[in-house]
Amino acid sequence: MKKILNVALPKGRLGEKVYAMFEEAGFPCPSIKENNRKLIFENEEAGVRYFWVKPSDVAIYVERGAADIGVAGKDILLEYRPDVYELLDLEMGKCSMAVASKSDFIDDRKRTLKVATKFTNIAKDYYAKQGRDIDIIHLNGSIEIAPILGLSDVIVDIVETGATLKENNLVVVEKFLPISARLIANKANFKFKSEAIEKIMLSLNESKEKKDD
Amino acid sequence: MDKFDLVLSGVERAEYALRSLYLKYGFSQYKMSKFEEYDLYAQNKDFLVSENVITFNDTDGKLLALKPDVTLSIIKNGKDDLLGVQKVFYNENVYRVSKGTHSFKELMQVGLECIGDIDEYEIVEVLSLAVKSLKTLSGEFVLDISHLELVNALLEKSGLSENGKAKVFNYLSEKNAQAVKMVCESENVQKEFADYLNTLVTVYGKPSKVLSALEKIKVSGVTECVEQLKRIISALSSLNVDQNVNIDFSVVSDTNYYNGIVFKGFLSGIPTSILSGGQYDKLMKKMKKKSKAIGFAVYLDELETIYETDKNYDVDLAIEYANGVDALKLNKFIEEQIKSGLSVITGKNISDKIRYAKLIKFDGEDK
Repeated sequence: MKKILNVALPKGRLGEKVYAMFEEAGFPCPSIKENNRKLIFENEEAGVRYFWVKPSDVAIYVERGAADIGVAGKDILLEYRPDVYELLDLEMGKCSMAVASKSDFIDDRKRTLKVATKFTNIAKDYYAKQGRDIDIIHLNGSIEIAPILGLSDVIVDIVETGATLKENNLVVVEKFLPISARLIANKANFKFKSEAIEKIMLSLNESKEKKDD
Repeated sequence: MDKFDLVLSGVERAEYALRSLYLKYGFSQYKMSKFEEYDLYAQNKDFLVSENVITFNDTDGKLLALKPDVTLSIIKNGKDDLLGVQKVFYNENVYRVSKGTHSFKELMQVGLECIGDIDEYEIVEVLSLAVKSLKTLSGEFVLDISHLELVNALLEKSGLSENGKAKVFNYLSEKNAQAVKMVCESENVQKEFADYLNTLVTVYGKPSKVLSALEKIKVSGVTECVEQLKRIISALSSLNVDQNVNIDFSVVSDTNYYNGIVFKGFLSGIPTSILSGGQYDKLMKKMKKKSKAIGFAVYLDELETIYETDKNYDVDLAIEYANGVDALKLNKFIEEQIKSGLSVITGKNISDKIRYAKLIKFDGEDK
Protein backbone atom coordinates (compact mmCIF):
# COMPACT_ATOMS: atom_id res chain seq x y z
CA MET A 1 0.00 0.00 0.00
CA LYS A 2 1.23 3.44 -0.87
CA LYS A 3 1.75 5.67 2.12
CA ILE A 4 -0.40 8.78 2.12
CA LEU A 5 1.43 11.99 2.89
CA ASN A 6 -0.57 14.22 5.23
CA VAL A 7 -0.10 17.93 4.64
CA ALA A 8 -1.44 20.67 6.92
CA LEU A 9 -1.97 23.91 5.03
CA PRO A 10 -2.70 27.25 6.63
CA LYS A 11 -6.18 28.51 5.74
CA GLY A 12 -6.14 31.64 3.65
CA ARG A 13 -4.26 33.25 0.79
CA LEU A 14 -0.85 31.95 1.81
CA GLY A 15 -2.20 28.40 2.01
CA GLU A 16 -3.61 28.63 -1.49
CA LYS A 17 -0.28 29.81 -2.87
CA VAL A 18 1.49 27.02 -1.04
CA TYR A 19 -0.93 24.46 -2.45
CA ALA A 20 -0.12 25.69 -5.96
CA MET A 21 3.55 24.97 -5.24
CA PHE A 22 2.75 21.48 -3.99
CA GLU A 23 0.68 20.84 -7.08
CA GLU A 24 3.60 21.82 -9.23
CA ALA A 25 5.79 19.50 -7.18
CA GLY A 26 3.73 16.55 -8.36
CA PHE A 27 1.21 16.27 -5.54
CA PRO A 28 -2.01 17.57 -7.08
CA CYS A 29 -5.44 17.22 -5.52
CA PRO A 30 -7.96 18.82 -7.91
CA SER A 31 -10.89 18.48 -5.51
CA ILE A 32 -9.31 21.14 -3.30
CA LYS A 33 -10.25 23.81 -5.82
CA GLU A 34 -13.95 23.06 -5.61
CA ASN A 35 -15.57 25.83 -3.71
CA ASN A 36 -17.04 24.16 -0.68
CA ARG A 37 -16.68 23.97 3.07
CA LYS A 38 -14.80 20.72 3.20
CA LEU A 39 -11.53 20.81 5.12
CA ILE A 40 -9.92 17.54 4.06
CA PHE A 41 -9.02 16.61 0.49
CA GLU A 42 -7.41 13.42 -0.63
CA ASN A 43 -5.84 12.20 -3.84
CA GLU A 44 -5.06 8.57 -3.34
CA GLU A 45 -3.33 8.27 -6.68
CA ALA A 46 -0.83 11.01 -5.91
CA GLY A 47 -0.57 9.66 -2.34
CA VAL A 48 -1.43 12.92 -0.65
CA ARG A 49 -4.04 14.31 1.72
CA TYR A 50 -4.36 18.03 2.37
CA PHE A 51 -6.24 19.72 5.17
CA TRP A 52 -6.90 23.34 5.95
CA VAL A 53 -6.25 24.36 9.52
CA LYS A 54 -5.93 27.65 11.37
CA PRO A 55 -2.42 28.98 10.55
CA SER A 56 -1.39 29.04 14.20
CA ASP A 57 -2.43 25.38 14.57
CA VAL A 58 -0.32 23.96 11.73
CA ALA A 59 2.67 23.43 14.03
CA ILE A 60 0.50 21.49 16.51
CA TYR A 61 -0.79 19.13 13.81
CA VAL A 62 2.76 18.52 12.63
CA GLU A 63 4.36 18.16 16.07
CA ARG A 64 1.72 15.65 17.11
CA GLY A 65 2.08 13.72 13.87
CA ALA A 66 -1.48 14.19 12.55
CA ALA A 67 0.23 15.93 9.65
CA ASP A 68 3.57 14.72 8.29
CA ILE A 69 4.47 18.12 6.94
CA GLY A 70 2.96 21.58 6.95
CA VAL A 71 3.61 25.22 6.29
CA ALA A 72 3.84 27.56 9.26
CA GLY A 73 5.07 31.10 9.84
CA LYS A 74 8.41 31.59 11.58
CA ASP A 75 6.51 33.66 14.18
CA ILE A 76 4.52 30.60 15.24
CA LEU A 77 7.66 28.43 15.35
CA LEU A 78 9.48 30.94 17.56
CA GLU A 79 6.50 31.48 19.82
CA TYR A 80 5.54 27.85 20.46
CA ARG A 81 8.90 26.14 19.79
CA PRO A 82 7.39 22.93 18.47
CA ASP A 83 9.81 20.00 18.24
CA VAL A 84 9.78 19.70 14.45
CA TYR A 85 12.17 19.81 11.52
CA GLU A 86 12.33 23.18 9.79
CA LEU A 87 13.22 22.07 6.31
CA LEU A 88 12.85 25.08 4.08
CA ASP A 89 12.28 28.81 4.08
CA LEU A 90 9.61 29.25 1.41
CA GLU A 91 10.23 33.00 1.34
CA MET A 92 6.52 33.60 1.12
CA GLY A 93 4.21 35.56 3.41
CA LYS A 94 7.13 37.79 4.31
CA CYS A 95 6.64 40.26 7.14
CA SER A 96 8.39 41.35 10.35
CA MET A 97 7.96 41.12 14.05
CA ALA A 98 8.06 44.68 15.31
CA VAL A 99 7.68 46.93 18.32
CA ALA A 100 5.18 49.75 17.79
CA SER A 101 3.93 52.57 19.94
CA LYS A 102 1.89 55.75 19.77
CA SER A 103 3.79 58.32 17.73
CA ASP A 104 4.28 60.58 20.74
CA PHE A 105 5.45 57.84 23.10
CA ILE A 106 8.81 58.44 24.74
CA ASP A 107 10.43 55.43 26.35
CA ASP A 108 11.51 56.13 29.92
CA ARG A 109 14.00 53.38 30.68
CA LYS A 110 13.62 53.91 34.41
CA ARG A 111 10.11 52.51 34.27
CA THR A 112 8.84 48.99 33.67
CA LEU A 113 7.66 48.81 30.08
CA LYS A 114 4.11 47.55 29.52
CA VAL A 115 4.01 45.35 26.43
CA ALA A 116 0.83 44.03 24.84
CA THR A 117 1.22 41.13 22.41
CA LYS A 118 -0.07 37.87 21.03
CA PHE A 119 3.52 36.61 20.98
CA THR A 120 4.40 36.45 24.66
CA ASN A 121 7.53 34.30 24.31
CA ILE A 122 8.99 36.28 21.41
CA ALA A 123 8.41 39.56 23.26
CA LYS A 124 9.91 38.21 26.50
CA ASP A 125 12.93 36.96 24.60
CA TYR A 126 13.46 40.23 22.80
CA TYR A 127 13.37 42.32 25.98
CA ALA A 128 15.32 39.80 28.06
CA LYS A 129 18.21 40.18 25.61
CA GLN A 130 18.22 43.90 26.38
CA GLY A 131 17.90 43.28 30.10
CA ARG A 132 14.69 45.28 30.11
CA ASP A 133 12.10 44.80 32.82
CA ILE A 134 8.69 44.43 31.22
CA ASP A 135 5.10 43.74 32.13
CA ILE A 136 3.61 41.41 29.52
CA ILE A 137 -0.06 41.67 28.64
CA HIS A 138 -1.25 38.76 26.55
CA LEU A 139 -3.98 39.66 24.06
CA ASN A 140 -5.59 37.55 21.37
CA GLY A 141 -6.46 40.23 18.83
CA SER A 142 -6.89 43.94 18.11
CA ILE A 143 -3.49 44.47 19.67
CA GLU A 144 -3.28 47.93 18.06
CA ILE A 145 -5.75 49.53 20.41
CA ALA A 146 -3.82 48.61 23.57
CA PRO A 147 -1.50 51.67 23.53
CA ILE A 148 -4.32 53.97 22.45
CA LEU A 149 -6.40 53.03 25.46
CA GLY A 150 -3.42 53.16 27.80
CA LEU A 151 -3.47 49.39 28.39
CA SER A 152 0.18 49.18 27.33
CA ASP A 153 3.11 51.40 26.35
CA VAL A 154 4.04 49.42 23.27
CA ILE A 155 2.90 46.41 21.29
CA VAL A 156 4.89 43.57 19.76
CA ASP A 157 3.16 42.33 16.66
CA ILE A 158 3.51 41.28 13.05
CA VAL A 159 3.86 44.14 10.58
CA GLU A 160 3.40 43.60 6.87
CA THR A 161 2.77 46.95 5.22
CA GLY A 162 2.20 48.99 8.34
CA ALA A 163 -1.20 50.19 7.11
CA THR A 164 -3.12 48.98 10.16
CA LEU A 165 -0.64 50.68 12.45
CA LYS A 166 -0.88 53.94 10.57
CA GLU A 167 -4.66 53.93 10.65
CA ASN A 168 -4.50 53.56 14.41
CA ASN A 169 -1.96 56.31 14.78
CA LEU A 170 0.89 53.98 15.75
CA VAL A 171 4.46 53.97 14.49
CA VAL A 172 7.04 51.20 14.20
CA VAL A 173 9.77 51.62 16.81
CA GLU A 174 11.86 48.71 15.59
CA LYS A 175 11.49 45.78 13.26
CA PHE A 176 13.53 43.09 14.97
CA LEU A 177 12.73 39.80 13.32
CA PRO A 178 12.06 38.90 9.69
CA ILE A 179 9.23 36.39 9.34
CA SER A 180 8.37 34.08 6.46
CA ALA A 181 6.60 30.79 5.82
CA ARG A 182 8.58 27.61 6.56
CA LEU A 183 8.13 24.01 5.49
CA ILE A 184 8.09 21.92 8.65
CA ALA A 185 7.99 18.17 9.22
CA ASN A 186 7.23 15.82 12.07
CA LYS A 187 10.53 14.34 13.23
CA ALA A 188 9.31 10.77 13.48
CA ASN A 189 7.09 10.66 10.40
CA PHE A 190 9.94 12.15 8.38
CA LYS A 191 11.85 8.88 8.80
CA PHE A 192 9.11 6.82 7.28
CA LYS A 193 8.10 9.14 4.45
CA SER A 194 11.42 10.79 3.68
CA GLU A 195 11.27 9.97 -0.02
CA ALA A 196 8.04 11.88 -0.65
CA ILE A 197 9.08 14.73 1.63
CA GLU A 198 12.47 15.06 -0.08
CA LYS A 199 10.76 15.16 -3.45
CA ILE A 200 8.55 18.03 -2.29
CA MET A 201 11.48 19.84 -0.73
CA LEU A 202 13.50 19.63 -3.90
CA SER A 203 10.69 20.83 -6.09
CA LEU A 204 9.72 23.68 -3.74
CA ASN A 205 13.34 24.74 -3.69
CA GLU A 206 13.47 24.78 -7.48
CA SER A 207 10.34 26.83 -7.90
CA LYS A 208 11.66 29.22 -5.25
CA GLU A 209 14.88 29.69 -7.20
CA LYS A 210 12.94 30.19 -10.41
CA LYS A 211 11.09 33.02 -8.68
CA ASP A 212 14.39 34.56 -7.59
CA ASP A 213 15.77 34.69 -11.14
CA MET B 1 -0.03 -19.36 23.15
CA ASP B 2 0.88 -17.93 26.52
CA LYS B 3 -2.02 -18.38 28.89
CA PHE B 4 -1.69 -14.81 30.09
CA ASP B 5 -1.93 -13.44 26.59
CA LEU B 6 -5.60 -12.61 27.05
CA VAL B 7 -4.96 -10.72 30.25
CA LEU B 8 -1.98 -8.66 29.15
CA SER B 9 -2.40 -5.48 27.22
CA GLY B 10 -0.15 -4.82 24.23
CA VAL B 11 2.00 -2.46 26.27
CA GLU B 12 2.42 -4.98 29.11
CA ARG B 13 3.42 -7.67 26.63
CA ALA B 14 6.00 -5.28 25.18
CA GLU B 15 7.35 -4.62 28.66
CA TYR B 16 7.85 -8.33 29.33
CA ALA B 17 9.29 -9.00 25.90
CA LEU B 18 11.91 -6.29 26.40
CA ARG B 19 12.80 -7.51 29.86
CA SER B 20 13.29 -11.05 28.65
CA LEU B 21 15.42 -9.77 25.76
CA TYR B 22 17.76 -7.91 28.12
CA LEU B 23 17.97 -10.86 30.51
CA LYS B 24 19.22 -13.03 27.63
CA TYR B 25 22.14 -10.68 27.09
CA GLY B 26 23.26 -10.87 30.68
CA PHE B 27 21.66 -7.70 31.97
CA SER B 28 20.28 -8.01 35.46
CA GLN B 29 17.23 -6.17 36.67
CA TYR B 30 17.86 -3.13 38.80
CA LYS B 31 14.96 -2.58 41.15
CA MET B 32 14.81 0.65 43.06
CA SER B 33 12.65 2.65 45.34
CA LYS B 34 10.23 5.16 43.91
CA PHE B 35 11.88 7.97 45.86
CA GLU B 36 15.28 9.52 45.72
CA GLU B 37 16.88 12.41 47.59
CA TYR B 38 16.01 15.64 45.84
CA ASP B 39 19.64 16.81 45.93
CA LEU B 40 20.56 14.36 43.19
CA TYR B 41 18.23 16.09 40.73
CA ALA B 42 19.00 19.61 41.90
CA GLN B 43 22.65 19.01 41.02
CA ASN B 44 21.92 17.59 37.59
CA LYS B 45 18.92 19.62 36.52
CA ASP B 46 19.91 19.93 32.89
CA PHE B 47 20.17 16.19 32.48
CA LEU B 48 16.46 15.85 33.20
CA VAL B 49 13.95 16.16 30.39
CA SER B 50 12.05 18.71 32.46
CA GLU B 51 13.25 20.54 35.54
CA ASN B 52 10.07 20.02 37.53
CA VAL B 53 10.17 17.27 40.10
CA ILE B 54 7.51 16.17 42.58
CA THR B 55 9.02 16.67 46.02
CA PHE B 56 7.90 15.92 49.56
CA ASN B 57 9.37 15.73 53.06
CA ASP B 58 10.23 12.39 54.61
CA THR B 59 9.28 11.82 58.26
CA ASP B 60 12.71 13.08 59.32
CA GLY B 61 12.36 16.24 57.27
CA LYS B 62 14.64 15.17 54.44
CA LEU B 63 13.51 16.43 51.04
CA LEU B 64 12.69 13.54 48.73
CA ALA B 65 11.53 13.39 45.13
CA LEU B 66 9.46 11.00 43.09
CA LYS B 67 11.94 9.75 40.51
CA PRO B 68 11.86 11.78 37.29
CA ASP B 69 14.72 9.70 35.89
CA VAL B 70 16.31 6.33 36.47
CA THR B 71 19.81 6.73 35.02
CA LEU B 72 20.98 9.16 37.70
CA SER B 73 19.98 6.76 40.47
CA ILE B 74 21.75 3.86 38.80
CA ILE B 75 24.97 5.86 38.44
CA LYS B 76 24.77 7.14 41.99
CA ASN B 77 24.25 3.74 43.52
CA GLY B 78 26.37 1.72 41.12
CA LYS B 79 29.97 0.64 41.62
CA ASP B 80 32.65 2.68 39.92
CA ASP B 81 34.05 -0.33 38.14
CA LEU B 82 37.07 0.51 36.01
CA LEU B 83 37.90 -3.02 34.93
CA GLY B 84 34.63 -4.83 34.44
CA VAL B 85 31.31 -3.76 33.00
CA GLN B 86 28.15 -3.57 35.03
CA LYS B 87 25.09 -4.38 32.94
CA VAL B 88 21.67 -3.55 34.31
CA PHE B 89 18.17 -2.99 33.00
CA TYR B 90 15.18 -1.42 34.67
CA ASN B 91 11.45 -1.22 34.27
CA GLU B 92 10.19 1.68 36.32
CA ASN B 93 7.68 4.47 36.45
CA VAL B 94 9.07 7.97 36.29
CA TYR B 95 7.27 11.23 37.03
CA ARG B 96 7.71 14.12 34.68
CA VAL B 97 5.97 17.16 33.38
CA SER B 98 4.71 16.36 29.94
CA LYS B 99 5.44 18.91 27.29
CA GLY B 100 2.45 21.01 26.33
CA THR B 101 0.13 20.12 29.18
CA HIS B 102 2.29 21.46 32.03
CA SER B 103 1.04 18.77 34.37
CA PHE B 104 2.82 15.79 35.91
CA LYS B 105 2.50 12.42 34.28
CA GLU B 106 3.48 8.94 35.30
CA LEU B 107 5.45 7.31 32.49
CA MET B 108 6.55 3.71 32.16
CA GLN B 109 10.15 3.33 31.09
CA VAL B 110 12.20 0.28 30.24
CA GLY B 111 15.88 0.76 29.67
CA LEU B 112 19.37 -0.50 30.13
CA GLU B 113 22.76 0.84 31.15
CA CYS B 114 26.30 -0.45 30.65
CA ILE B 115 28.69 1.10 33.12
CA GLY B 116 32.41 0.44 33.42
CA ASP B 117 35.19 -0.10 30.94
CA ILE B 118 33.14 0.60 27.82
CA ASP B 119 34.72 -0.09 24.45
CA GLU B 120 33.41 -0.55 20.95
CA TYR B 121 32.13 -4.02 21.72
CA GLU B 122 29.67 -2.62 24.29
CA ILE B 123 28.65 0.20 21.98
CA VAL B 124 27.77 -2.29 19.27
CA GLU B 125 25.95 -4.54 21.73
CA VAL B 126 23.85 -1.68 23.08
CA LEU B 127 23.05 -0.47 19.56
CA SER B 128 22.06 -3.96 18.45
CA LEU B 129 19.85 -4.29 21.53
CA ALA B 130 18.26 -0.96 20.65
CA VAL B 131 17.48 -2.33 17.19
CA LYS B 132 16.15 -5.57 18.66
CA SER B 133 14.02 -3.64 21.15
CA LEU B 134 12.42 -1.63 18.36
CA LYS B 135 11.90 -4.78 16.31
CA THR B 136 10.15 -6.36 19.29
CA LEU B 137 7.75 -3.43 19.54
CA SER B 138 6.78 -3.02 15.92
CA GLY B 139 7.73 -4.17 12.47
CA GLU B 140 8.27 -0.71 11.06
CA PHE B 141 11.01 1.18 12.85
CA VAL B 142 14.07 3.34 12.32
CA LEU B 143 17.11 3.79 14.53
CA ASP B 144 18.96 7.06 13.90
CA ILE B 145 22.59 7.16 14.99
CA SER B 146 24.65 10.31 15.40
CA HIS B 147 28.16 11.01 16.65
CA LEU B 148 28.45 14.02 18.96
CA GLU B 149 32.23 14.00 18.97
CA LEU B 150 32.21 14.25 15.20
CA VAL B 151 29.81 17.21 15.31
CA ASN B 152 31.83 18.89 18.05
CA ALA B 153 35.16 18.35 16.30
CA LEU B 154 33.83 19.99 13.16
CA LEU B 155 32.27 22.90 15.07
CA GLU B 156 35.52 23.40 16.98
CA LYS B 157 37.59 23.60 13.79
CA SER B 158 35.10 25.78 11.92
CA GLY B 159 36.13 28.92 13.76
CA LEU B 160 32.60 29.74 14.88
CA SER B 161 32.05 31.76 18.06
CA GLU B 162 30.59 29.96 21.10
CA ASN B 163 27.25 31.55 20.35
CA GLY B 164 27.50 30.53 16.69
CA LYS B 165 28.35 26.95 17.62
CA ALA B 166 25.34 26.73 19.90
CA LYS B 167 23.12 28.10 17.14
CA VAL B 168 24.43 25.67 14.52
CA PHE B 169 24.03 22.80 16.97
CA ASN B 170 20.42 23.76 17.46
CA TYR B 171 19.72 24.22 13.73
CA LEU B 172 21.24 20.81 13.14
CA SER B 173 18.49 19.31 15.28
CA GLU B 174 15.92 21.13 13.12
CA LYS B 175 17.53 20.10 9.81
CA ASN B 176 17.49 23.81 9.10
CA ALA B 177 20.14 24.01 6.38
CA GLN B 178 19.36 27.58 5.42
CA ALA B 179 19.82 28.85 8.95
CA VAL B 180 23.17 27.04 9.28
CA LYS B 181 24.28 28.69 6.06
CA MET B 182 23.26 32.09 7.38
CA VAL B 183 25.19 31.66 10.63
CA CYS B 184 28.28 30.62 8.64
CA GLU B 185 27.92 33.67 6.39
CA SER B 186 27.45 36.07 9.27
CA GLU B 187 30.54 34.72 11.04
CA ASN B 188 32.65 34.51 7.88
CA VAL B 189 33.28 30.79 8.17
CA GLN B 190 35.62 29.48 5.47
CA LYS B 191 33.72 28.07 2.52
CA GLU B 192 35.28 24.66 3.04
CA PHE B 193 33.89 24.42 6.58
CA ALA B 194 30.52 25.94 5.66
CA ASP B 195 30.23 23.15 3.08
CA TYR B 196 31.15 20.51 5.64
CA LEU B 197 28.53 21.82 8.05
CA ASN B 198 26.02 21.81 5.22
CA THR B 199 26.86 18.14 4.66
CA LEU B 200 26.05 17.36 8.30
CA VAL B 201 22.61 19.01 8.04
CA THR B 202 21.59 17.72 4.65
CA VAL B 203 22.99 14.20 4.49
CA TYR B 204 21.10 11.51 6.38
CA GLY B 205 19.69 8.06 5.85
CA LYS B 206 21.42 4.86 4.76
CA PRO B 207 24.85 4.57 6.41
CA SER B 208 26.64 3.74 3.14
CA LYS B 209 25.41 6.97 1.55
CA VAL B 210 26.13 9.13 4.61
CA LEU B 211 29.54 7.60 5.26
CA SER B 212 30.73 8.21 1.74
CA ALA B 213 29.67 11.86 2.06
CA LEU B 214 31.43 12.12 5.43
CA GLU B 215 34.65 10.71 4.01
CA LYS B 216 35.09 13.94 2.07
CA ILE B 217 35.41 15.86 5.33
CA LYS B 218 39.16 15.85 5.82
CA VAL B 219 39.41 17.37 9.26
CA SER B 220 41.40 15.88 12.10
CA GLY B 221 39.10 14.71 14.84
CA VAL B 222 36.30 14.14 12.34
CA THR B 223 38.11 11.48 10.32
CA GLU B 224 38.63 9.33 13.43
CA CYS B 225 34.92 9.53 14.25
CA VAL B 226 33.96 8.60 10.70
CA GLU B 227 36.27 5.57 10.96
CA GLN B 228 34.59 4.58 14.22
CA LEU B 229 31.12 4.96 12.68
CA LYS B 230 32.26 2.75 9.83
CA ARG B 231 33.47 0.01 12.18
CA ILE B 232 30.24 0.19 14.19
CA ILE B 233 28.00 0.04 11.13
CA SER B 234 29.92 -2.89 9.69
CA ALA B 235 29.65 -4.72 13.03
CA LEU B 236 25.90 -4.11 13.07
CA SER B 237 25.66 -5.35 9.53
CA SER B 238 27.55 -8.55 10.35
CA LEU B 239 25.08 -9.08 13.21
CA ASN B 240 22.33 -8.55 10.66
CA VAL B 241 20.71 -5.70 12.60
CA ASP B 242 21.55 -2.85 10.26
CA GLN B 243 18.50 -2.86 7.95
CA ASN B 244 16.64 0.03 9.54
CA VAL B 245 19.64 1.87 10.92
CA ASN B 246 20.28 5.39 9.64
CA ILE B 247 22.93 7.96 10.32
CA ASP B 248 21.30 11.30 11.09
CA PHE B 249 23.01 14.24 12.76
CA SER B 250 19.71 15.82 13.74
CA VAL B 251 19.88 13.51 16.75
CA VAL B 252 21.57 15.77 19.26
CA SER B 253 21.73 15.46 23.01
CA ASP B 254 23.00 17.79 25.68
CA THR B 255 26.78 17.88 25.19
CA ASN B 256 27.31 18.58 28.88
CA TYR B 257 26.33 15.00 29.58
CA TYR B 258 26.58 13.01 26.38
CA ASN B 259 29.57 12.31 24.16
CA GLY B 260 30.32 10.00 21.27
CA ILE B 261 27.55 7.86 19.88
CA VAL B 262 23.97 8.99 20.53
CA PHE B 263 20.83 7.54 19.00
CA LYS B 264 17.06 7.74 18.80
CA GLY B 265 14.51 5.14 17.77
CA PHE B 266 11.20 5.73 16.01
CA LEU B 267 8.19 3.53 15.30
CA SER B 268 5.86 4.20 12.42
CA GLY B 269 2.65 5.73 13.77
CA ILE B 270 4.18 7.35 16.85
CA PRO B 271 4.91 11.06 16.40
CA THR B 272 7.90 11.26 18.76
CA SER B 273 11.00 9.20 19.36
CA ILE B 274 10.26 6.19 21.52
CA LEU B 275 13.82 5.15 22.29
CA SER B 276 16.65 7.43 23.21
CA GLY B 277 20.17 6.85 24.39
CA GLY B 278 23.89 7.25 23.98
CA GLN B 279 27.27 7.41 25.65
CA TYR B 280 27.26 9.63 28.74
CA ASP B 281 30.84 9.64 30.00
CA LYS B 282 30.55 13.34 30.77
CA LEU B 283 27.67 12.77 33.15
CA MET B 284 29.75 10.08 34.88
CA LYS B 285 32.56 12.57 35.28
CA LYS B 286 30.21 15.15 36.71
CA MET B 287 29.07 12.60 39.25
CA LYS B 288 32.70 11.96 40.20
CA LYS B 289 32.84 8.51 38.63
CA LYS B 290 35.81 7.40 36.62
CA SER B 291 34.15 4.74 34.51
CA LYS B 292 32.39 5.22 31.19
CA ALA B 293 28.80 4.47 30.34
CA ILE B 294 26.27 3.90 27.57
CA GLY B 295 22.58 3.12 27.75
CA PHE B 296 19.11 3.81 26.45
CA ALA B 297 15.52 4.09 27.59
CA VAL B 298 12.31 3.04 25.86
CA TYR B 299 9.19 5.07 26.61
CA LEU B 300 6.26 2.73 26.65
CA ASP B 301 3.37 5.12 27.22
CA GLU B 302 3.22 6.17 23.56
CA LEU B 303 2.86 2.57 22.45
CA GLU B 304 -0.83 2.55 23.30
CA THR B 305 -1.50 4.54 20.15
CA ILE B 306 -0.24 1.83 17.81
CA TYR B 307 -1.42 -1.22 19.70
CA GLU B 308 -5.07 -1.41 18.77
CA THR B 309 -7.41 -2.96 21.26
CA ASP B 310 -7.96 -6.42 19.88
CA LYS B 311 -11.49 -6.74 21.23
CA ASN B 312 -14.35 -4.32 20.91
CA TYR B 313 -16.19 -5.81 23.87
CA ASP B 314 -15.32 -6.31 27.54
CA VAL B 315 -16.86 -9.72 28.10
CA ASP B 316 -17.66 -12.66 25.83
CA LEU B 317 -20.95 -13.72 27.32
CA ALA B 318 -23.63 -11.88 29.28
CA ILE B 319 -26.19 -14.07 31.06
CA GLU B 320 -29.45 -12.53 32.14
CA TYR B 321 -31.44 -14.74 34.48
CA ALA B 322 -35.08 -14.60 35.47
CA ASN B 323 -36.37 -14.21 39.00
CA GLY B 324 -36.58 -17.46 40.93
CA VAL B 325 -34.23 -19.60 38.84
CA ASP B 326 -32.39 -22.40 40.59
CA ALA B 327 -29.16 -20.78 41.86
CA LEU B 328 -27.27 -24.09 41.77
CA LYS B 329 -28.18 -24.71 38.14
CA LEU B 330 -27.22 -21.17 37.24
CA ASN B 331 -23.85 -21.46 38.96
CA LYS B 332 -23.13 -24.75 37.25
CA PHE B 333 -24.06 -23.29 33.89
CA ILE B 334 -21.73 -20.32 34.43
CA GLU B 335 -18.85 -22.58 35.48
CA GLU B 336 -19.27 -24.60 32.29
CA GLN B 337 -19.08 -21.47 30.16
CA ILE B 338 -15.95 -20.23 31.92
CA LYS B 339 -14.32 -23.64 31.57
CA SER B 340 -14.96 -23.50 27.83
CA GLY B 341 -12.77 -20.40 27.76
CA LEU B 342 -15.33 -17.61 27.78
CA SER B 343 -15.46 -14.63 30.10
CA VAL B 344 -18.90 -14.28 31.66
CA ILE B 345 -20.94 -11.64 33.43
CA THR B 346 -24.23 -12.54 35.05
CA GLY B 347 -27.12 -10.53 36.45
CA LYS B 348 -30.85 -10.08 36.47
CA ASN B 349 -30.45 -7.00 34.38
CA ILE B 350 -27.43 -6.57 32.19
CA SER B 351 -26.72 -2.87 31.96
CA ASP B 352 -26.47 -1.51 28.44
CA LYS B 353 -23.16 0.03 29.45
CA ILE B 354 -21.59 -3.43 29.45
CA ARG B 355 -20.13 -4.37 26.07
CA TYR B 356 -20.60 -8.08 25.43
CA ALA B 357 -20.19 -10.32 22.42
CA LYS B 358 -23.31 -12.37 23.12
CA LEU B 359 -26.28 -12.13 25.45
CA ILE B 360 -28.34 -15.12 26.57
CA LYS B 361 -31.33 -15.38 28.88
CA PHE B 362 -31.14 -18.14 31.48
CA ASP B 363 -34.48 -19.44 32.65
CA GLY B 364 -33.36 -22.59 34.43
CA GLU B 365 -33.61 -24.92 31.44
CA ASP B 366 -30.41 -26.46 30.12
CA LYS B 367 -29.41 -25.09 26.77
